[in-house]
Amino acid sequence: MEMIRAEQLVYEYIRRDEEGNVEAISTALDHVDLHVRPGEFIAILGHNGSGKSTLAKHINALLTPGEGSLWVDGKDVSLEENVYDVRQTAGMVFQNPDNQIIASVVEEDVGFGPENIGVPTEEIWQRVEESLRAVGMLKYRHHSPNKLSGGQKQRVAIAGVMAMQPKCIVLDEPTAMLDPNGRRDVIRTAHELNREKGVTIVLITHYMEEVVDADRVFVMDQGKIVMQGTPREIFSQVGKLKEYRLDVPQVTILADMLRQAGLDIPLGVLRREELVDAIMRAAM
Amino acid sequence: MRESMSIILDKVNHIYSPDTAYQIQALRDVSLEILDGQFIGIIGHTGSGKSTLIQHLNGLMRATSGHIYFHGKDIYDEDFDLRELRNRVGLVFQYPEHQLFETTIFDDVCFGPKNQGLSKDEAGLRAFEALRSVGLPEELYYQSPFDLSGGQKRRVAIAGVLAMKPEVLILDEPTAGLDPAGRDEILDLVARMHRERGMTVLLVSHSMEDVAKYVQRIIVMNQGQVMLDGTPKQVFAHYKELEAVGLAAPQVTYLMHELVERGLSVDTEATTVEEARASLMEALTGLVAARRDIHVPGKD
Repeated sequence: MEMIRAEQLVYEYIRRDEEGNVEAISTALDHVDLHVRPGEFIAILGHNGSGKSTLAKHINALLTPGEGSLWVDGKDVSLEENVYDVRQTAGMVFQNPDNQIIASVVEEDVGFGPENIGVPTEEIWQRVEESLRAVGMLKYRHHSPNKLSGGQKQRVAIAGVMAMQPKCIVLDEPTAMLDPNGRRDVIRTAHELNREKGVTIVLITHYMEEVVDADRVFVMDQGKIVMQGTPREIFSQVGKLKEYRLDVPQVTILADMLRQAGLDIPLGVLRREELVDAIMRAAM
Repeated sequence: MRESMSIILDKVNHIYSPDTAYQIQALRDVSLEILDGQFIGIIGHTGSGKSTLIQHLNGLMRATSGHIYFHGKDIYDEDFDLRELRNRVGLVFQYPEHQLFETTIFDDVCFGPKNQGLSKDEAGLRAFEALRSVGLPEELYYQSPFDLSGGQKRRVAIAGVLAMKPEVLILDEPTAGLDPAGRDEILDLVARMHRERGMTVLLVSHSMEDVAKYVQRIIVMNQGQVMLDGTPKQVFAHYKELEAVGLAAPQVTYLMHELVERGLSVDTEATTVEEARASLMEALTGLVAARRDIHVPGKD
């Protein structure tokens, strides 16, 4: 069974005037098909307003499809009776860490979710400890979240989601407000959860460097999925990405420039090590 | 001509919640000289004091001790006009689009100049000029700012500050949350303001690649102190120290260092893709040519 299966998903934002007449309709999702297998790490790219976040909110049943269907772990999200299960299957991490933290002590914040769904006290503590360890924040369990850096807060938010034992985590621009270190820690944490706990990850981001290790990348534009493939396949199409208001990692641009200048550099270089090797080979 | 100093900070300290258990020293003996017309990047990890620093520059926050001079005048003097300072030093906060509030874009941009005491007509002219300079299509001027995309909203918010015609423009992470094209548009706009109007610009950023590409000078903040201050090349040469405080150098700088470690002679001072390309082409074509025994003009 697929973790996420979207078929011909459509969602429209409808704006009404004061009398309730329809003033404007904007189609945020336009017949989207998406299939994600359990344990996959996928990334979604797209410019502001391309529909990424709308799609993400469907996976967590915060929005229900206007047309088409979406199943999360086999459950149809548009059925009211499934909403509870869907939200436990797919956890969500948002952009601003300050909006997601509610308790005054880290461990209480992480325990809030499981407590809410009636997990026995002993198990709550167990889950809190496990989740904080998984994101590398165990030693801060008695700290106040206010005193943490942005990246640390975001990892606490991820731990809060982990404590619900979801099969899938959707991260909607989790690093947009973080400094380089915070960014690195959050992305590394997502990969570790994926690798070690088998959690399916959906990462939405504007930082091209963060998706080079994803299994598959999807590019959205005007509510449609317009490109999909491995990071290498996606980033070897520099021109097309620019058309969609996106970019490629710096090393990929540089590799592309060198290749066009006639040097023997392969297409779609993603990582620094690869480019170092390629340049050294070209220099031999 | 001697360059004039628009802002001087002399041993500025700022302590939050003094004499309580939550006392934090956010700025520690910060001394800086900001020259007229400079384009400066301010980097530092979360909590390093960047935002506290910039809010001192237009008098929004008051130093616990130390002095700040604006064109030679102490801004903490009793007869110093702080209102005038805020007109001349424009501050664009993080996520400035959250501060849009008027019913039309045009009215929103007029708000600042009107508040400065300009007439309705004068404020309107300023608004037109500012909206044109941020490149917003004219048909949008009388629409609600809340229907715009994220990048457009941010441009309107920046126009609101530009309409006040500041001499110094300070932007706190103006590209956070924008897509790559939106990122470039905002930074190109800021660079153009600097180039064409000779504006002094201070840009707070978490993107080392952006800072390296645009600014002339980088100030690195760490634990409330100025840790490094110099050109991008000088600052990013300290990439190991930067990493120790939660920062990094641009990707290409690492690449160049790794190539040197592998024995290739390239310029480790490169901080932009363009500089890296130039240095690599020179090194590689030089090597290839030497191996083929071809004479390369200009290389002896």
